Amino acid sequence: MTVDSRTMSRRNFLGLAAGTAAGLALAGCGSSGPNDTSGGGGGGGGSGASYWFLTGPPGEQIRQASVDRFNQANPDTKITSTKFQNDAYKTKIKTAIGAGQAPTIIWGWGGGGLRSYVEANQVEDLTSWFAENAAVKDRLFQSSFGAATIDGKIYAMPAETVQPIVLYWNKEVFDKIGAQPPQSWGDIMSLVPKFNDAGVAPISLGGQSRWTNMMWLEFLFDRIGGPEVFQAVFDGEKDAWSNPASIEGLTKAQELIKANGFVKGFSSITADSNADQALLYTGKAAMMLHGTWTYGNMAEAGGDFVSGGNLGWMNFPPVEGGKGDPTNTVGNPGQYLSISSKATDAEKETAKKFFSTAVLSDAEVKEWLDNGAVPIVNGADGQIGSSKDADFLKFVYGIASNAKVFAQSWDQALSPTAAEKLLDNIAKLFQLSITPQQFANNMNQVIGQ
Amino acid sequence: MALPALLMFFAFAVVPLVGVVLLSFTSWDGIGVIRPAGFDSWRAVLADPGLLHSLWVTFVVIALSWAVQTPLSILLGVFLAGHQPYREFLAVLFIIPLLLSSAAIAITYKALLDPNFGLGAGLHIPLLTQDWLGEPALAMGVIIFVVSWQYIPFHTLIYQGAVRQIPRSMYEAAQLDGAGRVRMFFRITLPQLKYTIITSSTLMVVGSLVFFDLIFVLTEGGPGDATRVLALDMYKRGFQANLMGQASGIAVILVVLGLVLALLLRRIGGGSSSASQLEGM
Repeated sequence: MTVDSRTMSRRNFLGLAAGTAAGLALAGCGSSGPNDTSGGGGGGGGSGASYWFLTGPPGEQIRQASVDRFNQANPDTKITSTKFQNDAYKTKIKTAIGAGQAPTIIWGWGGGGLRSYVEANQVEDLTSWFAENAAVKDRLFQSSFGAATIDGKIYAMPAETVQPIVLYWNKEVFDKIGAQPPQSWGDIMSLVPKFNDAGVAPISLGGQSRWTNMMWLEFLFDRIGGPEVFQAVFDGEKDAWSNPASIEGLTKAQELIKANGFVKGFSSITADSNADQALLYTGKAAMMLHGTWTYGNMAEAGGDFVSGGNLGWMNFPPVEGGKGDPTNTVGNPGQYLSISSKATDAEKETAKKFFSTAVLSDAEVKEWLDNGAVPIVNGADGQIGSSKDADFLKFVYGIASNAKVFAQSWDQALSPTAAEKLLDNIAKLFQLSITPQQFANNMNQVIGQ
Repeated sequence: MALPALLMFFAFAVVPLVGVVLLSFTSWDGIGVIRPAGFDSWRAVLADPGLLHSLWVTFVVIALSWAVQTPLSILLGVFLAGHQPYREFLAVLFIIPLLLSSAAIAITYKALLDPNFGLGAGLHIPLLTQDWLGEPALAMGVIIFVVSWQYIPFHTLIYQGAVRQIPRSMYEAAQLDGAGRVRMFFRITLPQLKYTIITSSTLMVVGSLVFFDLIFVLTEGGPGDATRVLALDMYKRGFQANLMGQASGIAVILVVLGLVLALLLRRIGGGSSSASQLEGM
């Protein structure tokens, strides 16, 4: 029996209908996402508020736990949370704010990014609220308010943890070649060929993320010339990048790259995938310069790497002949929660209540400590003694409180425009496609932007 | 009866286009107030050496993807239009890449190509354990490969349909004259495919001009700026550097380039002289 191929036979039509129905059913099966804890979308409904923050253990779970605690205590004004990956969040939040769909509570790093929100009148001025709620303010590290203050007014609540950048090292790998952890820049350079010969990458780096490369420059600049070098850039001084200390720092970074100090293929590894941390805890790399936020992930994903005592940590060593104080550090003095000025009054009230009752509550402080992070609460060190990560916590607390200068990460301190130019040039510098002089010339053109 | 289509076109193509042209004469950071700025954004964009570099990278991507995709698509299309055994089964296999999402493909390849934890490292094959996405030339090669992998099925479908249209009598006449398979391909199949090649090439060229998602996920324009095509440059300027005015300028440049390329292809294809290809049939 032949079916006329030119007309749509009944069999074909039924087949098409069944296929369409099956397709629709399958499409409905997919999950909606990004991760949403409740049905609410971007702006919270009614007098509840919305809160966007980053994914990634342990922070994601701890923030969600605080939201859950608040929602239990305040069932009429619940907070809906939405989570995003780090680099995706940085773009997403800007688009949302620009489109008038910002969440009530805006998570951020303070500094230049916060300044751009302030200049666009997108965040609430919290100075008077802090004046009225002195108890909330006085609990927190004084130094954390620096990045939240723009032109003398406070626009964000410092929250979460202090995150200096530290030099991690794999004790097992060091023992294998009988090496000692570096005490100076010269030690690092001489360790590089030893590790390369042993078939281990000397330093792990997630270079595609670019801000990971920047951490090396931040410390080199500080150790060689002190914090004044970058402060000049931040203050908008002309030709600040051509400072001899700056050129020396850039040159030393390129020397390290030319000596094969970084893992092969570093320009295609992103930090968001945690592949750089994996290199360290699987023993494929010997050292890694990263923020203290990675401790929690390495403890969880690295098997018994951390619990077995194989993870070493230290402040970045001094550079021979440099005049920077070796106690200085750089990183995130805190994380910052702002309130969108476009939210309704009820939503703002909910947010403020969240700030005063749930953010850095005693329960949250304990959770941060249990996960190897130091919350920015005065006296948190008193609770460290009982934690399983006591050594690391004491180390971080020590760095944060003893640092003569705790500088903010460059890409968060500068305006987004200058930061993008900076990261772009850093990527090219680490690719060895521009010289330190060219870097300085390029960056001098955007000083003060 | 063209009214609905006209309305859609107007709402989704013309209005945003006019909006972008207007935006390119402003200075806006994407968050605050839009400030008119005359030609400032245009001057910044046109004076930036990065623009020339992006134009070059875009040109390389267009040329290479065309050069890789067109011959393979034609060959596969001719094959699929034939009557070899297992043709239908193979056809289903070949179509699969077309059904997958660009972002998913990019994420998968990125994991496979990781120099330390990817396929090459896992199987201990040194040749596969290159720094695929970290060397400028290799990164470009990977992008062309993944783009071709994803879009050859699409163009294969176009060519398959076109080859099916060629009258069998032409081939039979050629066989009677003693022509072999290769001769028939170059003297009958290819010339008959002329207008299809123009259509497919236009789609390919204009498509690669605005290509974004795959490159963004795989390399983000890196290493450095080795794979920063115009569309990526536009995204970075607008959404990462908060320079919406400049980004709109680049968007206008993209539109103009696309129009020029499409018109050029039409001209190469013999313009509107839609002469019949079936003369004498």
